[in-house]
Amino acid sequence: MNFPILSSLILLPSIGALFLLFAKDSQDSKTIRYVALFTAFINFLISIYLWYLFDPSISSFQFVEDKTWLKEFVNYKVGIDGISILFIILTTFITTLCIISVNKSIKFRLRDFLIAILVMESVMIGVFCSLDLFIFYLFFEAGLIPMFLIIGIWGGTRRVYSAFKFFLYTLLGSVLMLVAIISIYWISGTTDITLLYEFGIEAKYQKLLWLAFFTSFAVKTPMWPVHTWLPDAHVEAPTVGSVLLAAILLKMAGYGFIRFSIGLFPVASEFFAPLIYTLSLVAIVFTSLVALMQDDMKKLIAYSSVAHMGFVTLGIFTFNQQGIEGSIIQMISHGLVSAALFLCVGILYEKAHSRLINTYGGLVSVMPKYSVLFMIFTLGAIGLPGTTGFIGEFLILMGVFQKSFLVAAIASLGVIFGAAYMLWLYRRVIFGKLNNQNIFEIADLNKSEIFILSCLAIPTLFFGFYPEPLINKKEISVEDLINTYNYNLNLNILKSSSNG
Amino acid sequence: MDNINFIYPEIFISLGIMFLLIFGVFKKNSSNLVYNLSIVILIATFVLIFSYPVETEISLFKNSYKIDYLSSFMKSLTMIAGIFVMITSSKYLKLLKILQIEYSILILSAILGTMVMISSNDLMVFYIGLELQSLSLYVLASFNKNEIKSSEAGLKYFVLSALSSGILLYGCSLVYGFSGSTNFNIISNEINNSQFSLMFGIVFILVGLAFKISAVPFHMWAPDVYEGSPTSVTLFFTMVPKIAALTVFIRFLYVPFIGMIDQWNVIIVFLAIASMIFGAVAAIGQTNIKRLIAYSSISHMGYALAGLTTGTNLGIQSSVIYISIYLVMNLGLFCCLFMMKRNDQYYENIDDLSGLSKNHPLLSLSILIILFSLAGIPPMAGFFAKFYIFQSIVEQSMYFLAIVGLLSTVIAAFYYLRIIKIIYFDPEKEKYDTDYSLGLKISLTLTTLTILLYFIFPSKLVEIVSKINII
Repeated sequence: MNFPILSSLILLPSIGALFLLFAKDSQDSKTIRYVALFTAFINFLISIYLWYLFDPSISSFQFVEDKTWLKEFVNYKVGIDGISILFIILTTFITTLCIISVNKSIKFRLRDFLIAILVMESVMIGVFCSLDLFIFYLFFEAGLIPMFLIIGIWGGTRRVYSAFKFFLYTLLGSVLMLVAIISIYWISGTTDITLLYEFGIEAKYQKLLWLAFFTSFAVKTPMWPVHTWLPDAHVEAPTVGSVLLAAILLKMAGYGFIRFSIGLFPVASEFFAPLIYTLSLVAIVFTSLVALMQDDMKKLIAYSSVAHMGFVTLGIFTFNQQGIEGSIIQMISHGLVSAALFLCVGILYEKAHSRLINTYGGLVSVMPKYSVLFMIFTLGAIGLPGTTGFIGEFLILMGVFQKSFLVAAIASLGVIFGAAYMLWLYRRVIFGKLNNQNIFEIADLNKSEIFILSCLAIPTLFFGFYPEPLINKKEISVEDLINTYNYNLNLNILKSSSNG
Repeated sequence: MDNINFIYPEIFISLGIMFLLIFGVFKKNSSNLVYNLSIVILIATFVLIFSYPVETEISLFKNSYKIDYLSSFMKSLTMIAGIFVMITSSKYLKLLKILQIEYSILILSAILGTMVMISSNDLMVFYIGLELQSLSLYVLASFNKNEIKSSEAGLKYFVLSALSSGILLYGCSLVYGFSGSTNFNIISNEINNSQFSLMFGIVFILVGLAFKISAVPFHMWAPDVYEGSPTSVTLFFTMVPKIAALTVFIRFLYVPFIGMIDQWNVIIVFLAIASMIFGAVAAIGQTNIKRLIAYSSISHMGYALAGLTTGTNLGIQSSVIYISIYLVMNLGLFCCLFMMKRNDQYYENIDDLSGLSKNHPLLSLSILIILFSLAGIPPMAGFFAKFYIFQSIVEQSMYFLAIVGLLSTVIAAFYYLRIIKIIYFDPEKEKYDTDYSLGLKISLTLTTLTILLYFIFPSKLVEIVSKINII
C-alpha cells in the first residue's frame, strides 16, 4: 500500500475548495456547483473503493500512513479499521448529497458555502482516520471553524447567538481534552493510539484523563445536561448545515468514546459506566418528553437526536459485542435518518416558509410522494423492524440487558416515547384537515428532491433487512477492541492486586 | 578588542543612526530617502547578525555583554519585526504627514536599545539599553502632533514608564547592595548568602519588567498608549519592546536567580494567570481595534510568561516559540488595519469592519485566519504556539496553570469571534480603498500563509529554537 489513499481522501475536498476560492462567485453559476459536486463525488467513489480494498479479516489498522510531523513528539499517523471505514463512507456519502441538495435555500455567497462544506468534509474524514491523539484533536477542533461560519452566515434570525453558543460550548468542552492529551504524552511518552492500546495507561491516571475526554465528547455527543447548544444550532443552521451536524458531527463524539474512552481507559470506563448509564437514560427519557412538546419541527428532530445519541452512549458502555456494534449501527442509521428528516423539514420550509407544526396538517392530499418518503424516515427514527434504526436499537438493548435489567427496561421506555413523538409529529403534519390557505397550492417533491431522499431511504431499508455488510466489516475490529479492553482491564486489576 | 566582530550589528546600526542624523540635517526634504535607507540599514544589520556562527557563545566587555544563540535569535526576530514595521507603514505615515527623518532614526535607536537589552549580562548594561529604547518610544508615541490623543499617549507612557524605571533601578541597587555586583554571573555565585534580602530586589526588577511587557497588574498604560499612538508605532510597541523584555526575563531569572526559582516562580505564575484572564475579559467590551489589540497582547504575554514559570529549557523554548508566532499574527492583523482606509482616512473601530467580507473577500479571509489563529484554534499557527506552552507546563505537572490558561482561551475566543461575526455576519458598509502598497500586500500574504500553512512543517521552528539552552 504505497499510495496514500487516506491522505488523498482528506486532502481532496480541500483542494476542491481551493479551486473554488479562485472561481467567480455567482448565484447561478453552474461551474462552482459542478466543481464542488465533482470533488465530493470523486471522494465518495474513493471511499467506496476503499471499502472494496478493505480486508475485514484483519483486526489491526489498515492503510496506515506514518510520517514524522512534529519532531520527537507526534507523527502524522492515519489508518482505518472496520469501525472508521463506515463513518468515512457515511461522511463522503452525506456530503455528496448535501452538495446536490444545496439549492435555493442558500440565497447568497454560494461559493463560500460550498467551500465551507468541502473543508468540513476534509476535517471530518480526518477525525475518523487519525491514529494519533494529537492529530485527532487537531481535526476535532478544526471542524468548529467551518461549522461556525455555516451557522453564522447562512443561518436563521438568531444565528449569531446559536453560532457563538455552538462554538464556545464545544471549545470549552474540548480544551480539557488537550490537557489530557499532553498529559498522556508525558505519562506514556507517546500519543500514538496503536502503541497506547498495546501498553495501556497506568490505572491511577485513568480516571482524570477519562473525565477530560468525557467532557469533550459529552458536549459534542451531546449528552444531557450539556445538550442545550444542539437545538439552537439545529434550528438556526441552514438545512444542509443541520444535516452535516446531525449526520456526521455528532458521530465524532460517539466514535471518540469507542476509540479513546473505552480503548485507552478501560479501568475508568468500567468505573464511570454507571454515570454514563444515568446520563444516557436521562437523555433518552427526558429529551424524548421534551421533544413531545415542541412546536418547531427542527427542534423536535434535534431533541430526538439527543435521545438517539443517548442510546448510542448506552450501547458503547456495555463493553460487549452486541452493545458496541449496535451503537455503531445506530450511529450510521441516525446519520441517514436524521439527515433525511432535516432535509424533509428543509423542503417544507422552502415551500411554506414555516417550521411550525401547526402551520401544516393534511399534507397527504397535496404532497403524496413527500408523505411516503417522510413515513419511511419517521419509521426509521422510531426503529421499526425493517429499518436500520431497529437493528441498532435492538442490538443495543440486547447488550444492555446483559449488564442491567433495570437500565434496559428504562431504555425500552425511550423507544416507546420515540414512537410517540415521531408518530404524533407525522399525524399532525401529514394527516388531519387541510386548513391553512397557504399550503393548498404547495407543490409535491420535484425530481431532484425525490432522488436525494431516495438515496437516503434505500440504504435505510436495505440495511434494515440485510445488515450483514454493516456488521461483517467491523466485526473483527469490535472484537479486537473488546479484547484489548478486557486485556488492559485485567492487566490493571492484576497490577493493583499484586501491589495491594 | 579581538572579539569586536561579535558586536558588528550593534556598531553598524549605531553608525547608521549617526549617519542618517547628519545626512537628514544637511539634505533638505530627505525624509523619504532616510526612511528607505533605514530599511536598508535594518536589512544589513540583520545580515550582520549571521556574520559569525550563531551557535557561538561568548561574553564581551568584562562579561557584561553576552552573545549566544538566544541573543542571535532574538536579535534577528527584532530585525524582522523592524523591517516589517517599516515596509508596511510608509503609506500610512505619508498620509498622516508624520514621515520625518526623526521617525526613522527613533525607530532605529529603539531597535539598538532592544539589541543591547537582549545581549545584556549586567544590570547596568541592561538598564542603558532599556532607557535608550524607552526614550525613543516616548517620542514615537507622541509623534502624531496633530492628534491630541497621541500627545496624551506619549505623556502617559513617559510618566508611567519613568516611574517603573525608577522602581526597576531601585531593585537593581538592592540586588547590587546584597550581592556586591551587577554582573549576572557574579550575582549567581553570591546568591546563597542572602536569599531573603535579594528577593526584594528581584520583586522590584520584575515589576519594572512586567511594566515593559504590559503584564497585569502593570498594564494600565497599554490600552491608552496603544490607542493614541500612530498605528505604525502601536505595531512597533506590540512587537519590539516585548521581545526585549521577554529576553531580559529569561536572562535575569534563569542566569543569576535560577537557584531561587521557588520564590520568583509564584510571582510569574501570578503575572501569567492575571494577564491571561484579565486580558481576555477586558477585551470583550472594546470598540476600538487598537485597544482590543492592547488587551489581547496583554493576554498573549500571559501565555508567554507562563512558559517561563517552568524552570526548564523546554519552557524557555516554548515562550520563544510563542512570541515568534505571536509576532507573525500581530503583524498580519496590523496589515489589515493599514488596509482599512477610505478617502485618505484610516478607520480603527471594530464597527468599521462591518460586512467587510462582501466587498473584500480575500482581506476578510486573511483576518479570519489571523483571528482564529490568535484564538488558538487548530490548525492555525496560534494553536501550536499555545500547544508548546501547555506542553512545557504540563511536563512540570502545573495543571492549575494549564487549565486556567485553556479556559481563558475560551473567553478570548469570544471576542475574536465577535470580530469575525462583525466581518462575516453583519450588513456591509462602504468599500475601502484598494490601493495597497506592495510592501503591505506582500506582508499580509506572507503572514497569512505562514499562519495557515504552519501545520505542514511544524517542526522547523522548533528545530531552530531548540538550540536555546540557557540552563
